[in-house]
Amino acid sequence: MQDDNRRFVERDRSWHPPAYAPGYKTTVARSPRQALVSMQKPSVSELSGPDFQKLRMGPHDNDLLLNFREDPALTGAAGLPVGERIIMFGRVVDQFDKPVPHTLVEMWQANAGGRYRHKNDNYLASLDPNFGGVGRCLTDEHGWYNFRTIKPGPYPWPNDTNSWRPAHIHISVMGPAISTRLITQMYFEGDPLIPICPIVQTINDKDAVETMIGRLDLPRSNPMDCLAYRFDLVVRGELQTYFENQ
Amino acid sequence: MKQPNSVPCSELLLRETASQTAGPYVHIGLALAAAGNPTRDEEIWNQMAKPEAEGEHIEVVGTVIDGNGDLVRDAFIEAWQADGNGDYQREYDLKKPFNSFGRTATTFDRGSEWSLKTLKPGPVAHASGQPMAPHINLMLFARGINIHLQTRLYFEDEIEANAACPVLSRIESPTRRETLIAKREEVDGKVRYRLDIRLQGEGETVFFDF
Ligand SMILES: [Fe+2]
Repeated sequence: MQDDNRRFVERDRSWHPPAYAPGYKTTVARSPRQALVSMQKPSVSELSGPDFQKLRMGPHDNDLLLNFREDPALTGAAGLPVGERIIMFGRVVDQFDKPVPHTLVEMWQANAGGRYRHKNDNYLASLDPNFGGVGRCLTDEHGWYNFRTIKPGPYPWPNDTNSWRPAHIHISVMGPAISTRLITQMYFEGDPLIPICPIVQTINDKDAVETMIGRLDLPRSNPMDCLAYRFDLVVRGELQTYFENQ
Repeated sequence: MKQPNSVPCSELLLRETASQTAGPYVHIGLALAAAGNPTRDEEIWNQMAKPEAEGEHIEVVGTVIDGNGDLVRDAFIEAWQADGNGDYQREYDLKKPFNSFGRTATTFDRGSEWSLKTLKPGPVAHASGQPMAPHINLMLFARGINIHLQTRLYFEDEIEANAACPVLSRIESPTRRETLIAKREEVDGKVRYRLDIRLQGEGETVFFDF
């Protein structure tokens, strides 16, 4: 018989990037030196989490082509952001390939020039008056989510003397409990900047890097409109023996 | 499909998607006002308790400090806690007087504090059946943090409950246990608890794996 208070497959911390990864310089002073304290028996505090089905979302919260205008009078083609129109979509599943329905997926990104709409980003590339760079949605009952956006540009950052981030979209998922909480980045298949990025290189296992690559999905693209990139998210597997109301 | 019993069990499981840092611009996605951007109709933020919520209203504040002793100004924090009765309210609904989930961020100004307006949580049962002392679960994300750090905030005026808490007792070093205990302050007649989170070095906060 399995322990009733285990709900999730253990997180393999050697698969994830370590806290201290000196090639990514900011980790040096921001990584704990002490070992993590293992909770041998997690409790409801760790095994439960928020349900966002009652969070009221706007009609374009998952459509970054339409959800931001500096000048709201601009609509239609006059108000569209610059860049390659894309669909980013996929499924949230757990390690047993079970869909994670109705869970909150949030994303944020730079514009086509690699500039973020953030008060601390001063990169030379200009802001796009029709692009905010934030999206959110809930997965459907089968775990599917989708966003419409533009492909973000790569951008330089101060790490080594000439470090560039590959094009990427930051993505956040809650899953069924705070134990499954995960924030990662989706990279684009074939980008030559991926293998030389110090942040990607914090990950030791090549196969783990593959879990962060969005793949071109031509059949799901809209002809004469936009390409589609598929990005499935896998969260910790939920064991079958846990009962919520114990 | 794989033939049953033909591969090690570990190969039957998918691997978790690997984590990456939330980066310096996490606010664009998860804390829009902090990025200097317009907010949507409903945002998940730091007012977990509305004035009409039943229970002891408190404010929880703190800083995040790195291994050089400098303030981390771009930290983003999520909180998950029980209500005053010790129940987790799973359904997030801004119409309710209290939500168990909240978000906050350190600010870019000099003081660089995060804050939550919430209720003092009640005790929650541990798996062993013993009660755990009132606590707030915190998840910390920032540039330079490759996978979020998980910790708990306890309350200094819960001396007996803290002493008996099965999770605090898991921490061998009594000195390190202290890193989770928020200090009580009273400001204009309001109760405020303060916890500074130290990422590294002297007084390093205890972070959990679960
Ligand atoms: Fe980024």
